[in-house]
Amino acid sequence: MAKITLSKLRHSYYPNPKAPEDYALKEIDLDWDDGGAYALLGPSGCGKSTLLNIISGLLDPSEGQILFDGKDVTALPPDQRNIAQVFQFPVIYDTMTVFNNLAFPLRNRGIDEVSVKQRVEEIAHMLELDDMLQLRAAGLSPDNKQKISMGRGLVRKDVNVVMFDEPLTVIDPHLKWKLRSKLKELHHRVRATMIYVTHDQTEALTFADQVVVMNDGEIVQIGTPVELFERPAHTFVGHFIGSPGMNVLSCDVNQGAALFHGNPIKLEGAIEGDKGGITEIGIRPEYVSLGDQGLKAKIRKVSDVGRHNVVDAMVGETLVKAVVNGPVPAQGEAVHLSFEPAKTRLYRDGWIATQAQGTQP
Amino acid sequence: MKKHYQKAWLFVLPVLLLVAFNALIPMMTVVNYSVQETFGNNLFFWEGLGWFEKLLHSERFHAALGRQFLFTAIILAIEIPLGIIIALSMPRSGFWVPVCLVTMALPMLIPWNVVGAMWNIFTLPDIGLLGYLMNHTLGINYDMTQNTFAAWATIITMDVWHWTSLVVLLSYAGLVSIPDAYYQAAKIDGASNWAVFRYIQLPKMKQVLTIAILLRFMDSFNIYTEIFVLTGGGPGNATTLLSIDLVKIALGQFDLGPAAAMSLIYFAITLFVSWLFYTLMTKDDTN
Repeated sequence: MAKITLSKLRHSYYPNPKAPEDYALKEIDLDWDDGGAYALLGPSGCGKSTLLNIISGLLDPSEGQILFDGKDVTALPPDQRNIAQVFQFPVIYDTMTVFNNLAFPLRNRGIDEVSVKQRVEEIAHMLELDDMLQLRAAGLSPDNKQKISMGRGLVRKDVNVVMFDEPLTVIDPHLKWKLRSKLKELHHRVRATMIYVTHDQTEALTFADQVVVMNDGEIVQIGTPVELFERPAHTFVGHFIGSPGMNVLSCDVNQGAALFHGNPIKLEGAIEGDKGGITEIGIRPEYVSLGDQGLKAKIRKVSDVGRHNVVDAMVGETLVKAVVNGPVPAQGEAVHLSFEPAKTRLYRDGWIATQAQGTQP
Repeated sequence: MKKHYQKAWLFVLPVLLLVAFNALIPMMTVVNYSVQETFGNNLFFWEGLGWFEKLLHSERFHAALGRQFLFTAIILAIEIPLGIIIALSMPRSGFWVPVCLVTMALPMLIPWNVVGAMWNIFTLPDIGLLGYLMNHTLGINYDMTQNTFAAWATIITMDVWHWTSLVVLLSYAGLVSIPDAYYQAAKIDGASNWAVFRYIQLPKMKQVLTIAILLRFMDSFNIYTEIFVLTGGGPGNATTLLSIDLVKIALGQFDLGPAAAMSLIYFAITLFVSWLFYTLMTKDDTN
């Protein structure tokens, strides 16, 4: 187990990167605490897997360093970094039994058979693979295969970090749940640092203590699932997390007040930073309510998503979504929208620009 | 329920007719010949299983069969490992991939008789590139019309040159279908190159290798044209493989009966070995 530090990490797939767009990863400085359960969340192509492969050593970064407990491992090959990685598609050695699959990483490192047997049985028990040890791995179901790939990572003692690269993609929905809670349980038992890459917010939020949100090769926010939901640091986070995502409404700023379609909107706190830039108001649909007062709007669509209704309201030409519990207005009806001030924020050029409540200016 | 699908037979009929004309009818003719004796003029006399009995006890047949198995065994032992090694060392991506693939495919595009003629000229001691080089530059006595070893070395080299590509291309197809994650996982697991080959590449190539071995077995077991053009079965009978002997009996001596009996035995052996091999190779998967 180790604390992992990424220092001034940059990576480009081009031989001679010049412009910032050439970089798949733009300067990343990040600490992963020892024993933490992290999720790396972001849309496809945002650099998540690149980052993962750099940590595991499958990819050499163009610039920067990777430190395990302060020791520079940037030049070490994957097998010497003591890491484990589980891939999107289960990787198993077809011709071997489950036992031999799990023993493979140990035997490659010349560990004696007695310890191998003991260790394999221990891990198999933890993963509930005990009765399958003598079966050919090729014939197993995808979820068991994925357990084997996990087991091959966990079987080595003192694994620095276990990384999961969208490990549930090929698993049936009803088994996804089981495997996910198994993962969580494993984390509690082995206490290794775990990094879970996914583009599925549910997976990320249920697995992780800390979620790292990436977009376009950059880390946009790190926080607990609640923090990410309640106070997104970037409009991208607000939009990407939550269903439906945060309303991002362009607005004007005049003398310290935000104006949306000419109406002043109350924010959580004072506006920070310079004037100018593109300014937007961010408000989650959960905190938009329909009432007698507030912004005039017209209902365009109501979707029943089960637990509640999602109402699409038009303020002028701008769409504002609201989550409504209880009775809903009819399509075409004129309503008034109000935003909960404590949850309404201003974003400048994408980044949050209002002071959090409770902080003094 | 069943009645609805009887129409399907109608659609199979054209193929059935085609197969009948190019396989079943000729084969039945052979069966017919194999149990009779003819002295020409379309006169046939019943012979029963006599030809089969004589053939199975004939030394000439045993020798040809032995040579045939030896030839097939040698070329398989060379072509399969060599093909795998070449496929492993071919690039997986980039500019050189099509170059390699086309280069590999070239020998297979050359007609059999041309291959035979090419190697014949190539090995002529006086004017052939290889023959001249061996005899006059390196001072090695090499003449496949005189020397049994030289003749065998030449037919084997020729077959390896002509057909290793097939194994290469099939193995390569198997190799490129292996997802990167396997190699990455193996790296993390600390697997050696040999372990990667043994536990990832070889199992993933198994299917295509089965086909490759099967095709090479059948083709080499039935080889005729190249050897006929190259050595004509000589020196003496040194390279008279089964098919060469068969044609000698059928067309050279016009012994239709024995030749027909031999064809059937020949056919049965090919069929049996192919079946045996295929069953053994695919046994694991069905369990």
